[in-house]
Amino acid sequence: MGDLLARYDILGAFLMTIKISLAAGLLALVLGTLLAVFRLSPVPVLRAFGSTYVNLVRNTPLTLLVTFAQFGLLSLLNWHLANQSSPTSVADDNFRWGVLALGGYTAAFVCEALRSGVNTIPVGQAEAARSIGLTFTQTLREVVLPQAFRASIAPLGSTFIAMIKNSTVLSVIGVAEIAFLQSRIIDENADQLYTIMAIVALGFVILTLPLGMGATALSKRLAVKR
Amino acid sequence: MMRSADVLFDIPGPKARRTQSIVGGILTLAAAALGAFVIWQFAKKGQFEGAKWSPFLTGEIWQYYILPGLIGTLKAAVVSVALAAVFGLVFGMGRLSDIAPVRWASGVIVELFRAVPVLVMMIFFFNVYLLSGMFPSQEAFAGVVTALTLYNGSVVAELVRSGVDNLPRGQREAGLSIGLTGGQTLRSIMLPQALTAMLPAIMSQLVVVLKDSALGYAITYEELLNKANQIGSYKGNLIPAFIVIAVIFIAMNFALTTLAQRIEQRLRRRGHTAGLAPQPTADEFETGAIADAESGRTL
Repeated sequence: MGDLLARYDILGAFLMTIKISLAAGLLALVLGTLLAVFRLSPVPVLRAFGSTYVNLVRNTPLTLLVTFAQFGLLSLLNWHLANQSSPTSVADDNFRWGVLALGGYTAAFVCEALRSGVNTIPVGQAEAARSIGLTFTQTLREVVLPQAFRASIAPLGSTFIAMIKNSTVLSVIGVAEIAFLQSRIIDENADQLYTIMAIVALGFVILTLPLGMGATALSKRLAVKR
Repeated sequence: MMRSADVLFDIPGPKARRTQSIVGGILTLAAAALGAFVIWQFAKKGQFEGAKWSPFLTGEIWQYYILPGLIGTLKAAVVSVALAAVFGLVFGMGRLSDIAPVRWASGVIVELFRAVPVLVMMIFFFNVYLLSGMFPSQEAFAGVVTALTLYNGSVVAELVRSGVDNLPRGQREAGLSIGLTGGQTLRSIMLPQALTAMLPAIMSQLVVVLKDSALGYAITYEELLNKANQIGSYKGNLIPAFIVIAVIFIAMNFALTTLAQRIEQRLRRRGHTAGLAPQPTADEFETGAIADAESGRTL
């Protein structure tokens, strides 16, 4: 095992997984919130746009989105996201398109997580807010969203855990994260199959377990008492 | 779910309606422009010529590529779901067991398989089968099914547990008080009700399985995505091939999600169970179909 750690940059691969997760997570949070606002808004076109996006993206395999981004948008259309003259432009392009695909995919789930948070609020809360004369924006800002956010913590946590695990899908377009390295190590040293599996499994437990426990603890502490 | 729109804002008057249609119009235009730009770019690369699409009208492509790919995807999904249901039932009951070591062991197994990404397990089992010579020439299929079964089985196990936990306490107390043992109460009183309440969640887990079967692409399993790739290199029409299989995936999953929602509404109306649909625990949230599980009058 020490041998493997010395010969391969396993920590670096996990670092790449973390990097993908942070970048895609941020993108998903921003885009997902925007989509959730769209789906709650008074404008019918925005609602239709939000629900179309969510339904299309949520029902497409992530592997398909990621390969489409690389083969279709990057290779075929030559839409580069990285500086072409830099020595790492190929890896950067794959990484950025991968992050875009993963973030765009996760955004649909973030949107649904936020909406499910809104769904737990009793209608009386909004009715009360409206009846004391608050406007739409005020109702959302002062009454609905603070409660919705608290109720969304648990599903958001699950969404981000799923996203960290989904970051392995980027290995199919050659991003050097942990599943990619796992494949390579197995190819080169078949006898280390079980060792590398144990290392990768342990790594993901370490990455996801605290996040899950933190989300559960936080959502319990912030739960709105009714 | 209530139409939140009804409470959050007033019914728009003429002025607000005008603003809304302007905003809507601009957004529609922007989206249409973006879509047109992408299509135009692909068209410039010749991906939208009739010749790139006409293969999909020939029997050859369907007979040797799309249908075998679809069968591969469905075969992996159906076998995995069946095995995952068994796995989930066994370990879900294990987590509810009165015997502490059984409970702990099931807990560790379920949590472990839920934490490890499906792709990592697929690569692992695929290579295990390759090296050990189990499942000769079926290694990819076996790898896909094993990984999907372990992951989704663990999710189902959690669903079983939360389904039983969501039942009113009186159900178990009543069972015990008429002299059933703990195991008998679980099997003959609580599980049947929990399973009914879980049905929509399990159905939507099928969507996750269908989507995840596309991960088989990475270990050369002959499913839809792999076949699309082959069509692409055979006919030089990668984009049309991708679009066709994306439509197939979306149609299948959308139908499943809708069916799951129907069943859920029906269950709620008929009320054959004392339990609520289980709350999304981990990644089953991916499906969204049970996001609206809370009954009652909410936003």
